[in-house]
Amino acid sequence: MSLVELHAIHKSFGELQVLKGIDLSIDEGQVIALIGKSGSGKSTLLRTINGLEVIDDGAIIVDGKKISDRDADLLGLRLQVGMVFQQFNLFPHYTALENVMLSPQVVKKQSKADARKVAEEMLIKVGLADKMMHYPDQLSGGQQQRVAIARALAMKPKVLLCDEVTSALDPELVNEVLAVVRQLAEEGMTLVMVTHEMRFAREVCDKLVFMHQGRIHETGDPEEVFANPKTPELSSFVGGLA
Amino acid sequence: MAYAFDFGAIVPHWELLLDGAILTTELTVVGAVVGVGLGIMGAWARASRTPVVSQIVGVYVELIRNTPFLVQLFFIFFGLPALGLKLTEFQAAVLAMIVNLGAYSTEIVRAGIQAVPHGQLEAAQSLAMNRLQIFRYVIILPALQKIWPALSSQIVIVMLGSSVCSQIAAEELTFGANYIQALNFRAFEVYFIVTGIYLVMSILLRMVLKVLGNYLFERRRHV
Repeated sequence: MSLVELHAIHKSFGELQVLKGIDLSIDEGQVIALIGKSGSGKSTLLRTINGLEVIDDGAIIVDGKKISDRDADLLGLRLQVGMVFQQFNLFPHYTALENVMLSPQVVKKQSKADARKVAEEMLIKVGLADKMMHYPDQLSGGQQQRVAIARALAMKPKVLLCDEVTSALDPELVNEVLAVVRQLAEEGMTLVMVTHEMRFAREVCDKLVFMHQGRIHETGDPEEVFANPKTPELSSFVGGLA
Repeated sequence: MAYAFDFGAIVPHWELLLDGAILTTELTVVGAVVGVGLGIMGAWARASRTPVVSQIVGVYVELIRNTPFLVQLFFIFFGLPALGLKLTEFQAAVLAMIVNLGAYSTEIVRAGIQAVPHGQLEAAQSLAMNRLQIFRYVIILPALQKIWPALSSQIVIVMLGSSVCSQIAAEELTFGANYIQALNFRAFEVYFIVTGIYLVMSILLRMVLKVLGNYLFERRRHV
């Protein structure tokens, strides 16, 4: 059984149909890249997986349990599915350490000592042992994004969603964040990422999902998909990047 | 005949002014603390997903912001006894100030909440926090920080507005001045002095609020 299953997901913003029936299963330990042009629905799809977008039709099944849009279900879903955003979204009034400790303390009711232990472990993991007491505005974009990853990991999610996590970074800071994501992938973390880093997707991912006009247009093994695109759309998308 | 100023005529009544200033301070402190608390709850309720709750708060805010404070005060003090709710002058005065500041600060705090970037909310949601946790740990402090100057001004306005409470014989500073003036007819002298007292109290209040703001929003490490 897959960790997360999406069945016939439909989503519209007003008149605009963004997702037109998406089926996708995410297995434990799988690393999936969602690629496609802007407006293809890849970010929206990612956001539906942890309930930031409420779906109009279809089903999200996590660990065999169907998720409704009731608050309790959404909170349960988000305990399993963490997310990292393009804009980092660290809480400006807390230090890096406090950002990571907050949710384990208030949501999981961990003691301060336990939360701190986990938070320190996560910040060390992302290479920020020396920045724990810094506030977000004292950190570079790459450092902030790594704090955001540590913050998501501290909740021990089963799946981590990454929404263009390097798109807001200066070029020289991209690699330090990708290195952390790569390390997570190697450790067996289940990852779903929307990315424009094609080389990274090719190297790190098990499965590539190419989205086009609200549908999954082509999917498969990254090497295979990149080497032999079956559809003209993917072919031109990959070609346009090369 | 030229008017002969006699500030000395006020001196024997200094205790009335002191007592008045103390009562004004008490009204302001209770009114500000409870009123801002009410405003924070109002701002929370205004953002409620239950339309009825949001609408009730909306009606409250518009009702208070579009009617005179003096009429609100009279309604509470002279009107409510008809419903069996009889309040002392102090209780009526402080209640009027709370209700008044509550409405204004609801709107001010709401502006602060709306100024918090949406991404903060989404990040907190993705960390499985519920609405109350998000409000308490993620939103309210940055929101208050943004609107602290506006909120401080409103609190000063409410303190100055408390002079109106003399009209229901709440024995605050203006009441004391009126009383002295009625005793010795030294209107210029007593209102001149009281103007000075209000000015000093306002400046002090602003300083206190600034220090409080610095304390609240200071970068204090919690661990």
